[in-house]
Amino acid sequence: MQIFPREINLLGKVVATVAFLGLVATVFVFWYYFSPKNLQVGYAPKQPVPYSHRLHAGELGIDCRYCHSNVEEAAHAVIPPTQTCMGCHAVIKTESKRLEPVRASWESGEPIRWVRVHRLPDHSYFNHASHVNVGVGCVSCHGRIDKMEVVYQAEPVGMGWCLDCHRNPEPNLRPVAEVTNMDWVRPADWSPDLSAVNPPEHCSGCHR
Amino acid sequence: MGASYVNAEAGETELLPDVSSINQVTESVCRVTEQPAPKGWWMLFVPSLALLGLLIACIGYLVTVGTGTWGNNSPVAWAWDITNFVWWIGIGHAGTLISAVLFLFRQKWRTSINRFAEAMTIFAVMCAGIYPALHTGRPWFDYYMFPLPNQMQMWPNFKSPLMWDIFAVSTYFTISLLFWYTGLIPDLATLRDRSKNTFRRAVYGFFALGWRGSNRHWQHYERAYLILAAISTPLVLSVHSIVSFDFATSVIYGWHTTIFPPYFVAGAVFSGFALVMTLLLVTRSVFKLYDLVTLKHLELMNKFILGTAWLVGYAYAMEFFVAWYSGNEYEQFVFLNNRLNPFEAPYWWSYWAMVICNVIIPQVYWWKRMRTSIPVMFVVSIFVNIGMWFERFVIIVTSLHRDFLPSAWGVFHPTWVDICMYLGTFGLFMSAFLLFIRWIPMIAIAEVKMVLPFAQPQHAPAVVLSEELQDAHAQKTALAAG
Repeated sequence: MQIFPREINLLGKVVATVAFLGLVATVFVFWYYFSPKNLQVGYAPKQPVPYSHRLHAGELGIDCRYCHSNVEEAAHAVIPPTQTCMGCHAVIKTESKRLEPVRASWESGEPIRWVRVHRLPDHSYFNHASHVNVGVGCVSCHGRIDKMEVVYQAEPVGMGWCLDCHRNPEPNLRPVAEVTNMDWVRPADWSPDLSAVNPPEHCSGCHR
Repeated sequence: MGASYVNAEAGETELLPDVSSINQVTESVCRVTEQPAPKGWWMLFVPSLALLGLLIACIGYLVTVGTGTWGNNSPVAWAWDITNFVWWIGIGHAGTLISAVLFLFRQKWRTSINRFAEAMTIFAVMCAGIYPALHTGRPWFDYYMFPLPNQMQMWPNFKSPLMWDIFAVSTYFTISLLFWYTGLIPDLATLRDRSKNTFRRAVYGFFALGWRGSNRHWQHYERAYLILAAISTPLVLSVHSIVSFDFATSVIYGWHTTIFPPYFVAGAVFSGFALVMTLLLVTRSVFKLYDLVTLKHLELMNKFILGTAWLVGYAYAMEFFVAWYSGNEYEQFVFLNNRLNPFEAPYWWSYWAMVICNVIIPQVYWWKRMRTSIPVMFVVSIFVNIGMWFERFVIIVTSLHRDFLPSAWGVFHPTWVDICMYLGTFGLFMSAFLLFIRWIPMIAIAEVKMVLPFAQPQHAPAVVLSEELQDAHAQKTALAAG
């Protein structure tokens, strides 16, 4: 007695094809859409003060280290305290409405709650000083901060992205004196001293 | 039976003397799936389901809280988890040996037990797989072990034997499943054709893949079965060799030895045969399959157990010989002190339990009376399973607990999670196994029929002509001659 129609012979082929394509599609979805490149690049949280990097770092040309003062010594780049802002703004634009939260913080002693843009996971160890002191420019990881009205995440800052540079650091190196220069272009006659940089590629280089 | 396909002069005897017709095989195997389950089945199934629930609860707890709920800790970083993994995966090996190797060697007696042992392989590998998947601590990252493209640019470390393990075990599972299923197709078609209701017919019919038993079908089937047997045969040796590399390629004394691959394979076959024996004895009596699984089958399996007991015994002795002959005092310390010495070592009793269960107790099989006694073989098979569990425990825990620095020495104690998870894997294994014997032909009907005398070309055709026809035939012959 015939239980199934003849067409059921196709079922095996259909199931095998769907399973194979499904597997490929799943891997692709995770690889592409779940990557930091897709999920994180462009993250621009609203900050408590409408501070413009474009104005301060770009137009006025203030060096990055004026505010993020310890990047050459410390693992963590400091977010400037209110006092740093008031160093200038005690005398410049003292009546500005946009600076109201800064003056309030100055008077009360409550710090301004800046929102962190670049957040690495707890299990990865990153040291600003060891990158800045061998000539990795700020712009390599943070993008053209001098053109950003509101700071956003310009690069994926994921493991694969880190490894791209650790495996081949040369394109991102420059003279240490030029580290904070956003416009630096590598001269034809300059090449980095690769013996001075030794980026780790083993697990415990970053996961300590 | 007038058939003379057995060579009586060479001492061969009829394999299944109590089977008087081909139909009897179909009947005794199929009725298990067609009649209501006997009480004995329910008595085993209900506790098995309870243990399966315990396993699921334990896994939930372990995943929520972490692997710290196991007793493993430095220096004993591997303990019951890997012991149970190796134990379960070893058990599977009898299935592959019986179905593939004995098939290629044309051992006819395998037909009564191969389906059974293959199913055991599949369920044992499922139980084994739980442990490595969970011992990583964060099982949701287990996909790291597969070569998948990812933004972290992480790739499996193919130099690691733990990586080889993943591929060895998953290949083993896939091939065993295919082999088992291929063998099942003609029997599923038999069940389909005997089905009394449409639902049953549809389900068995679906899995029988349209089998009609045509000559062409049989030719393809035999070819596929032979190819799968040929693929499975190296797996008998490779899977447990690779499991042993997890230890042998390390630098821990007691692990770092070249004897491990053959030693592990022999132990795997040994424990597998023992568990097949334990389960077969119970199933045989619950479902009254005495005509298909005879004392002769059981005796042959006991000979395998005796043979492999000597292989593992040889390996145990050789470990001591190498420890002495190498002159390496650290190696000697592991064997003479950590394993043997009842005054110094906290685990000396596990070594002695292993030797008694695996080497001494199986020696009863030198006597035919013991080899053919059902109570004896039941007890011995259980001792062998216990002994083989201790073997893995001894290798893993006694080698680790005395670290290179005496200040780092430690002792492992199992927690309740360790114990409940181990019991729980029995629940998974037995639940799957009981469902298998209830719904799937547990003896390869078609294959058993092939070894019956009625299926042999020498067998006289059972055509009995009526007297009338005999007369007509005689007249015809006479006419033709005249």
